[in-house]
Amino acid sequence: MVLLVILKKMIKNIKFIIIILFSLFIFFIFLKGLEKPNNYFPEKNLNKIETNLTFKKLYDQKEVLLLELINNNNFSIINIWASWCLPCRDEHIYLLNLKSTDKINIIGINYKDKKSNAVKFLSDLGNPYSEVLTDLDGTKSIELGAIGVPETYLVNNKNKEILTKYIGPLDAVKFKEILKIIENEKN
Amino acid sequence: MSNQIGNYSLFIALFASIFLIFQSSNSIRSKSKNLDSKIFSALSVQSLMVLISFFSLIYAFIISDFSNETVYNNSHTTKPLFYKISGSWGNHEGSLLLWLLVLTIFLFIFLISSKKLLNKYRLLTILFQELIIIGFLIFILFTSNPFLNLFPVPKEGTGLNPILQDPALAIHPPILYLGYVGTSIIFSSSLAALVCGMVNKIWAKHIKKWIVISWIFLTIGILLGSIWAYYELGWGGFWFWDPVENVSLMPWFCLTALMHTIIVLEKRNIYQSWTIILSIATFSLSMGGTFLVRSGILNSIHTFANDPSRGIFILCFLFVLVLLAIFIFFIFQKKIMKNLSKTFFVSKETAILINNWFMMFFLSVVLIGTVYPIFLEVINSSKISIGPPFYQKLIVPFLIPFMLFMAVGPKLKWIKDNLSKINLNQLVLLILSIIVSYLLVKLYGVNYLFIIPLIGLGFFLFLLTIKDFFSKESTLSQKISHFGFSLFILSILFNGIFTKEFTSNMKVGDKREFINKTIKFENLKIVEKNNYKSLVANFSVSDGKDSINLIPEVRIYNQPKTLTSEADINSTIYSDNFLVFNVIKDDGYYNVRYQYKPLMMWIWFSIILISAGGIISYFKKDD
Repeated sequence: MVLLVILKKMIKNIKFIIIILFSLFIFFIFLKGLEKPNNYFPEKNLNKIETNLTFKKLYDQKEVLLLELINNNNFSIINIWASWCLPCRDEHIYLLNLKSTDKINIIGINYKDKKSNAVKFLSDLGNPYSEVLTDLDGTKSIELGAIGVPETYLVNNKNKEILTKYIGPLDAVKFKEILKIIENEKN
Repeated sequence: MSNQIGNYSLFIALFASIFLIFQSSNSIRSKSKNLDSKIFSALSVQSLMVLISFFSLIYAFIISDFSNETVYNNSHTTKPLFYKISGSWGNHEGSLLLWLLVLTIFLFIFLISSKKLLNKYRLLTILFQELIIIGFLIFILFTSNPFLNLFPVPKEGTGLNPILQDPALAIHPPILYLGYVGTSIIFSSSLAALVCGMVNKIWAKHIKKWIVISWIFLTIGILLGSIWAYYELGWGGFWFWDPVENVSLMPWFCLTALMHTIIVLEKRNIYQSWTIILSIATFSLSMGGTFLVRSGILNSIHTFANDPSRGIFILCFLFVLVLLAIFIFFIFQKKIMKNLSKTFFVSKETAILINNWFMMFFLSVVLIGTVYPIFLEVINSSKISIGPPFYQKLIVPFLIPFMLFMAVGPKLKWIKDNLSKINLNQLVLLILSIIVSYLLVKLYGVNYLFIIPLIGLGFFLFLLTIKDFFSKESTLSQKISHFGFSLFILSILFNGIFTKEFTSNMKVGDKREFINKTIKFENLKIVEKNNYKSLVANFSVSDGKDSINLIPEVRIYNQPKTLTSEADINSTIYSDNFLVFNVIKDDGYYNVRYQYKPLMMWIWFSIILISAGGIISYFKKDD
């Protein structure tokens, strides 16, 4: 009862109301902030490639639309990697193998990396990519739906649809799976 | 085994917490005069249990027990023992356990050291503090348990980030946490004092010790963080206005303001509400900082490791505490005795109030710079980044009036004083300082925002604080801290103005000329170490007369595979020579960055002086 009286009094206190409302406002902003895409998952449709996503190329720094790169072959692979990422080294051999199957063009997105390190990585281990794009602050990869490195997406070039997504490095099992999907989709 | 011990002792601590909350609220209702012995024993049990679980985590790290998930994720058998131990709090789970440990131990110390005070006040402090402790216990046990089992037991761990293998960083988090957690005691006890209606001189005297001790730890913690950034990151700076750094600076501003205000409360019994508000704000900022850093809302580099439920938990917990504090403040605000003693415009009280205004201004700048990008992104999903220029442009000009008030303020008397005390001597000093600064700027042709008044007032404050050592007006701790601050401003200014940088691609045997110096790449060796391989380069830098050798390294760690550049820094009392190199390609060329940075040592030294003032004040006998 006493509490109720006090509460009634306090509701009339304009300072109190303002402070409470203000802190609630901050609370909800932070709460929303926690859900925002660059922390966790974007709320967009993840099976389609965003139409307006542009990247800078690694070597000549030209802006390019990601969608334009996805039409050379039947299938594309988008691989998000970085020179500082150890698992990326492990999966590199599979990307080189995929490149030799010539039905796929492989697009690399260099994630939060220094250009010099990225270039060194490719000259040391070989370049499986038909095009290397950069994502300096990691925001573009997030819009693609990435949550870390490495990640690999297999895209059907006809309808620009992401067929499968691999979080983490490619291995022998995933490699075979990719080849199988390509085989099936063609028939 | 240690996993089970750690886990169960945390559960016992949780039960102790629940018991304490009930018992203390019962005792408050029964208005007992003496502290229940049950409460004392429950608190001892709780501290002991958290201590045991902390040591069992350290033990698991020492023996590399990879059946523990935290150890598996953050340790490796080849790591040196020292870093195995420091690795136990170098990760999310372990660092929270450390928070909890300090929380319980501080509460225990509080209980012992507050025997002379009102029983109700002590009980209420325990109650509020236990609310914080229970929150952390639930958080640790259910969202970030450091004692999760792994089966089958892996043979080898996945290592600790090599950048974190540094002595300054190994002790940096614990020291900073001591500061953060100290603010929790201030928070609980200020709320308790408010409820008991004892926001007065006696309380101020008691809580001042806690404020000073938290402030010392926070200051030294920030210093260690900067030292780590300077020596280890190899970017050639010590403060980058990075959100994670800002987060430790915000409670520091608030705590510094509180440290000054509490003196007014102690001496004059005014500014009661303001003291309480500052206490609440300081703790909210410490907790908010933990939220910002731990939830991943600020950075998204390692989103794999982030569990969204963690962020939501800390956020809700933080706001429950904040709302509780606001409610209590508004309900019991009337209990604060209205002190009708008059305050005059020219007095020490006003001077300290002015200090508070500046602190609040600096705080808001840093707060806005850190939080605004998050707000903007949520509200209209645009991404901005706020860099050092924002902070420099907003903070640096205001240092000019700040230093002026800092020079004059401490000389004023309590209650009422007159301005005629600003005598000719001081004016002459001021004009002299401005002239010296003008000549200096002309001589070196510096072009920087407000540089003449900045250096001028820096000098003025410096000279006045030296002169103060011979007067009896203020306390020794204040003199040392303020002198340290003037030294700090001057070293930062000169460091900022006279730093010279040089970058080039060089191969072994190359020579480069830079101003009046010659930099020569002498040789390069490969050294195998226990847990890394190292490229050790040898450069000589000579300026005609003297020559120094700098030996930077590039380390290649195995677990996880990472490259780090170790800068070599040659420090003298006048200047630092900083050299770092990077691998570019396999063609024998290396990217070399050389910096000449004057007065770096003095920046560290002046911060040590500033905290030394606090330490002296802590050990000073009460009069």
